[in-house]
Amino acid sequence: MLDAYVTALGMVLDPYVLAVITASAIYGLVVGCIPGLSATMATALLVPLTFFMPPVPAIAAIVTTSTMAIFSGDIPGCLLRIPGTPASAAYVDDSYQMTLRGEPELALGIGLWFSVLGGLFGTAVMMAASPAIADFALGFGSVEFFWIVMLGLGGAVFIGSSTPLKACIALLIGLMISLVGMNNPAGQPRFTFDSTEMLGGVSLIPMMVGMFACSEVMRHMISDGSAPQIVIKKMGPIFANMWRLTKQYPWQLIRGSALGTVVGIQPGSGADMAAWMSYAMSKRFSKTPEKFGTGHPEGLIEAGASNNSSLAGAWIPALVFGIPGDSITAIAIGVLMMKNMAPGPTIFVNNPENVYALFLVFVIANLLMLPLGWAIIKVASRVLQVPRRILMPIILLFAIVGSYAINNSLFDVGLMLAFGALAFVLEENGFPVAPVILGVVLGPLLEEYFINSMIKSDGSLIGLVNRPIAAVLAAVTVGIIAWTIIASLRAPKDPARPMPQDL
Amino acid sequence: MTFKTLMLAAAMTATSLAASAAWPERPVTLIVPWAAGGGTDAVARILAAGLEKELGKPVNVVNRTGGGGVVGHTEIVNAKPDGYTIGLATAEVTTFYWSNTAPFTYEKLTPLALVNFDSAAFNVASNSPWANLRVALDDIRKQPVGHFKMSGMAAGAAYHLAFAGLLQLEGIDPKSVVVVPSQGAAPGFQELASGGVQIVPSSLPEGKPMIDAGRVKSLAVLSKERISAFPSVPTVKDAIGKEYEGGTWRGLAAPANLPAEVTARLVEATDKVANSDPYKSFLAERGFGYAFAKGPAFGSFLAEQHKRNGEIMGALGLRLRQ
Repeated sequence: MLDAYVTALGMVLDPYVLAVITASAIYGLVVGCIPGLSATMATALLVPLTFFMPPVPAIAAIVTTSTMAIFSGDIPGCLLRIPGTPASAAYVDDSYQMTLRGEPELALGIGLWFSVLGGLFGTAVMMAASPAIADFALGFGSVEFFWIVMLGLGGAVFIGSSTPLKACIALLIGLMISLVGMNNPAGQPRFTFDSTEMLGGVSLIPMMVGMFACSEVMRHMISDGSAPQIVIKKMGPIFANMWRLTKQYPWQLIRGSALGTVVGIQPGSGADMAAWMSYAMSKRFSKTPEKFGTGHPEGLIEAGASNNSSLAGAWIPALVFGIPGDSITAIAIGVLMMKNMAPGPTIFVNNPENVYALFLVFVIANLLMLPLGWAIIKVASRVLQVPRRILMPIILLFAIVGSYAINNSLFDVGLMLAFGALAFVLEENGFPVAPVILGVVLGPLLEEYFINSMIKSDGSLIGLVNRPIAAVLAAVTVGIIAWTIIASLRAPKDPARPMPQDL
Repeated sequence: MTFKTLMLAAAMTATSLAASAAWPERPVTLIVPWAAGGGTDAVARILAAGLEKELGKPVNVVNRTGGGGVVGHTEIVNAKPDGYTIGLATAEVTTFYWSNTAPFTYEKLTPLALVNFDSAAFNVASNSPWANLRVALDDIRKQPVGHFKMSGMAAGAAYHLAFAGLLQLEGIDPKSVVVVPSQGAAPGFQELASGGVQIVPSSLPEGKPMIDAGRVKSLAVLSKERISAFPSVPTVKDAIGKEYEGGTWRGLAAPANLPAEVTARLVEATDKVANSDPYKSFLAERGFGYAFAKGPAFGSFLAEQHKRNGEIMGALGLRLRQ
């Protein structure tokens, strides 16, 4: 094994491979920054290029791009309130509030540092125990996934504002939106009004960009323009702060990384769900949950670590059984097959040096993120020096281009604008928008897993709890939700969360 | 000859030259009804690269996803038939009419060439009590409808119809095995391994990692000949003595009423690309099955698929119009 690692290290340290890694890193950072282009999209666009590469650089390109894109999705979310990828949407309120406070470098530094640590954690798990974990994960069917999604939905209530009722209503709006289209288990068109465009349902990215970015532009439009330019406070070295935060929140880091890895391993759920669940978990167990959403580092740390660790987690079942853990590994499997590295347990026997090379690329990509990420933070933060009245139209322009790009559809631009208006109305009335997005992310999964479980059990609800893992998950989910309801009934009312325009 | 007539003659020559000017004069758009990064997308991109060389103009792949392929296929059908918009149609296009999810049939397409065919296979968990196809089919016949479940595709998708056709061939109610819908083969294999379903009728290459891992065994492949990479998996004829084939496919198509000379040029270019070594080795490496039928042959293939899917979907209760 050590021999294979030495060979693998030789393959990875080849100048050509290192050049590919560096180029993909810059590409991933830039694409991840652009709203509307997700990490999955960045990877998909890279595939034709990998046709012409040997196996190791081809895989290195994919791993590096996705790792960088998930981190850099935090950047526009933090600076402009447009999450660059859906995986950054969970904590965009916290990071944006930090920016409004004049600490964008702190928020981005947290995103960078804890993304690296989370990514390395996931990689370590992947290196140590891939076959065993993948074997365990195969015991999960639709019933177990149903409970995991329920757990995620339960989290929405904590994610939301201090008013659980409004968060619940927002979540239900999201679930309702997810009903549109024919991407349901029976493949029947619902609420499409005979429009072909509506058959595809409401696509997540235009909606997300509209709800965060477009609503922010509208808020700026109605303000009298006297809002002061954000003054960036002079900060100490980024990484020194990070060391302090790591010592302050070690438990959050480990919990986020571990949950992210687990969520990554589950098929159908990737970095976005990992971030949402970790953010909710962080708030649930925080000593100061009322600070969440106001620019508090705790949730950022946990969710930022989580979405990067999920990337490595997703590779575990993909390598061992050819079952992708998320949409990025689904693409990667195709590339592996092209390069005669067909996934399966035999890959560890036939091509161990290539697999170890993949592990090493993960390590290198995460380490490389430190200097490159630092550089992009320094450059990107300057965007805030642009006067707001010039910045806001540019944001709108990016939002329009981004929503068009994802499906090449003008309809999606309309969707983006409509959801921007909806989010504006919701936020002006104290409803949080994050649960709406969570509802749209999880709604289709919830329906699919529930219907499939019911088909399998011939319609009997007992089928949801009569397998051991499912029963444990069910107990945990019901317990957490019940505990929250009881706790919120007992606790005195929290003061309402200040709205962005009050700051 | 006056100046006027001279100009007229010049103008006429210019127009006739323009009309006969070799298509294509500008980039061609290739619509893919499925997401970037998937199998169909990969096939489209390698074809586009080849067509680009043959036609001498860029061929841009545009993914128009949604509605289980309906959105993208509708876009191909509704495009202007000038050869600047073509698409990679997939097996689903011959089911939309019957399931009433789209108003058009294959007749609204100009068939260019079939470029791939993946045979379905009868995949079961390795600990399944079924030793061969005969035993499995007899067991399915004996048990009440809905006792056995399968996954790996949506209800009414190509693999489902191929599998239902096999049951019909044996005189078994095609509704006997209930579909637990999934998006693609991989989640289906996860269900198979976790004991949620008994059968996944996906292609053999899609199941290869799980077969190698000793988690899945394949009782038969639904094709006329054995697949060279899986010599030990019998065909339906080897297993039960009756010939049967079924699966999913991909083919290049354009909107109906494409001018004949453009059609001829596209068919010729596709012929060269789809029979080139890079394309064939791409299919082999990715585990896709090679198949080729051009122009009218692809047209009659479409007509046959349309008719057969109408029948099977009728028997399955998925046919929503006559």
